[in-house]
Amino acid sequence: MKPVHVRGEGRFAAFLLLPAAIVVFGVVLYPVLKTLLMSFYKVDSAMPGSYPFAGLSNYTKVFSDPSFYPVLGHTAYFTIVSTAAELVLGMGVALLLNAPLRFKWVWRSLVVLPWALPTIVNGALWRWIDNGQYGVLNQLLGTEIQWLGSPFLALNMVIVADVWKNTSIVAFFLLAGLQTIPAELREAAVMDGASTWRSFWQIVVPLLKPSIAVVLVLRTIEAFKVFDIVYVMTGGGPASGTQTVAFYTYLQAFSNQLFGYGAALAYMIVIAVGALAMFYLRLLRQNQLAGV
Amino acid sequence: MAIDRRTVLKTAGGAGLAAFLAACSGGKGATTGDPGSGSSGEIRALFMKQAAYTEADVTKMTASFTAANPGIKVIPEFVAYEALHDKIVAAGPAGTYDVVLIDVIWPAEFGSKKMITDVSSQWPAAWKTEMLAGAIDTAEYDNKLYGVPWIMDTKYLFLNTQHLDVANANPQWLDTWEGTLKAARRMKEAGVVKYPFIWSWQQAEALVCDFAQLLGAMGGKFLDDSGKVAFNAGGGVQALEWMRQTIVDGLTNPASTQSLEADVQRVFQAGQASIVLNWTYMYGAANDAKQSKIAGKVQVAQTPKGTAGRPGVNGGMALCVTAGSKNQAAAFKYISHLTSQPEQEKYALDSLPVWVTSYDEPTVIKTNPAVVPQAKKQLDDLILRPQAKSYNAFSQALQAELQNALLGRKPAQKALDDAADKANTLLQS
Repeated sequence: MKPVHVRGEGRFAAFLLLPAAIVVFGVVLYPVLKTLLMSFYKVDSAMPGSYPFAGLSNYTKVFSDPSFYPVLGHTAYFTIVSTAAELVLGMGVALLLNAPLRFKWVWRSLVVLPWALPTIVNGALWRWIDNGQYGVLNQLLGTEIQWLGSPFLALNMVIVADVWKNTSIVAFFLLAGLQTIPAELREAAVMDGASTWRSFWQIVVPLLKPSIAVVLVLRTIEAFKVFDIVYVMTGGGPASGTQTVAFYTYLQAFSNQLFGYGAALAYMIVIAVGALAMFYLRLLRQNQLAGV
Repeated sequence: MAIDRRTVLKTAGGAGLAAFLAACSGGKGATTGDPGSGSSGEIRALFMKQAAYTEADVTKMTASFTAANPGIKVIPEFVAYEALHDKIVAAGPAGTYDVVLIDVIWPAEFGSKKMITDVSSQWPAAWKTEMLAGAIDTAEYDNKLYGVPWIMDTKYLFLNTQHLDVANANPQWLDTWEGTLKAARRMKEAGVVKYPFIWSWQQAEALVCDFAQLLGAMGGKFLDDSGKVAFNAGGGVQALEWMRQTIVDGLTNPASTQSLEADVQRVFQAGQASIVLNWTYMYGAANDAKQSKIAGKVQVAQTPKGTAGRPGVNGGMALCVTAGSKNQAAAFKYISHLTSQPEQEKYALDSLPVWVTSYDEPTVIKTNPAVVPQAKKQLDDLILRPQAKSYNAFSQALQAELQNALLGRKPAQKALDDAADKANTLLQS
């Protein structure tokens, strides 16, 4: 049995935490539960009221909706390509920033700039850059390409914009990991005659695996939920070629007022993101257990 | 200091249970309208910012209202047209706005979902005859009036007269779509401009507006008399084939499929297009030397004629009192002020009045002498997009397939058939 003063302190601490807990539960738990509940009803208006129970029909509708599969394909492509590109480029930037450079803080400040831009601003910026009529990209290249004019090219240009913004955060995560690797390890490898390339693959990458896993989890989840940059850059077009699952969910819920269906779509995103996170974390745990 | 696990779990469990119970409650009673006193209080109003009345116009109109009604405070907010619908929806349950501006395509949706108030009983009988018929459509659904018409607009044809002169193209040709094509070809051949046309064919409602105008001119219909989709036959297919052909022939700027009306305006004002469709507001903007390189070289005309006439798309908008407003009487008073004939006539350069007699009013004609005579002819002949509860989803299906055809991914007939399949399902649901 605990002393009385310890129990009293615990109650007092809980009392102090209560306002924060109420706020967190209010803005996180309430919407999460409300959305879950909504996904089982045929809610077809934003206004409060009584709506018929729909069981799992909103969920089964997702799989019978012919528009959903192309949207899922765009999302998968966006997630894989943007995450891979950000990882590769972020690694390169992290290695450069970790090198003995002069004015290191200047380079680090410059690299963080794109990430500091709000996504909406970044989207608007790239929409102008990619404009086929008066965009700076065509001016620089001396071309007349409609960068946002065909579905596949537009999807790739949205990826470029996303990669431009998020490579810096990936680089900073990896830089933090790189700084925990003792310089002696790489020096010893060089003394033993290992090439830079070999020491990168044999020493740096294995020791960076925890950082890489964290980056992969975060960026995959973020990329799978992509919405704002699509909304600003292309509005989901042309020919719905840049619609992602989150954008489609928004469209169904807010533009079409199919809130029940939108809620089911939102939970599909939650399930997909949860599965991805579990997969990565399991992978990370296996590596840790294997002593990698 | 130690917090035991049980305490944390209790707190978390309590909050979770509270959240779940609150979620289960359905939030009934979150919004219930109230007439209010009508002479005092605060009104929040949501407007769009890129076409028709400018922010400055609305601010002046509001100032004159508050001068006459000092007890009422008005807070106007402005959003892009593309965000207007979703903002109204998102704000609906909380009753954030007392007054909202709605497009002609939304009375069925907002009215049937009881998001806006039925104000039929507050409409003076005379308004029905004193307002243009097309204007009344912007507020009416199921024989009920859900607001008061405020913006009366359609798409007009804007010409760069200098381009026409240089290419020796006869302005009379532009009376028909066939002649318009001839003029565009002449301008391209003369090297006056690389692409004579630019359109607002981005995957958005703007694309449906341009399609509507061509569909009507070529004898097509959105729906047949039984309420089934009919845009995939006759004039609809011809219109889409015509649109695609102008891209293939290099007459339409390929940036059109990523452009909205503001982009069309920008390119036209830069002298990089010769013939465009746009709303009334562009005439004033294109002739403003501060923002346009072609000021003084702009002519406005009725939309060209096709085999079935020259209907313009109904682009009207109405001001409505929201169902959640706690100050409905004052909100309707504010709407009545903004839509009143004298107030609308003051700002006719940016948006034409909804009142029939305004078009013979010398002060209005003087404000916008180029557009008013065209409007007087055009506003009697408008094509209305379907008044359906699920119009947005209907339009999204059509937009995507129109773009498939415009980008050459599908033949026009196939694209419209696919759109019709989806749209028919939506109309039945």
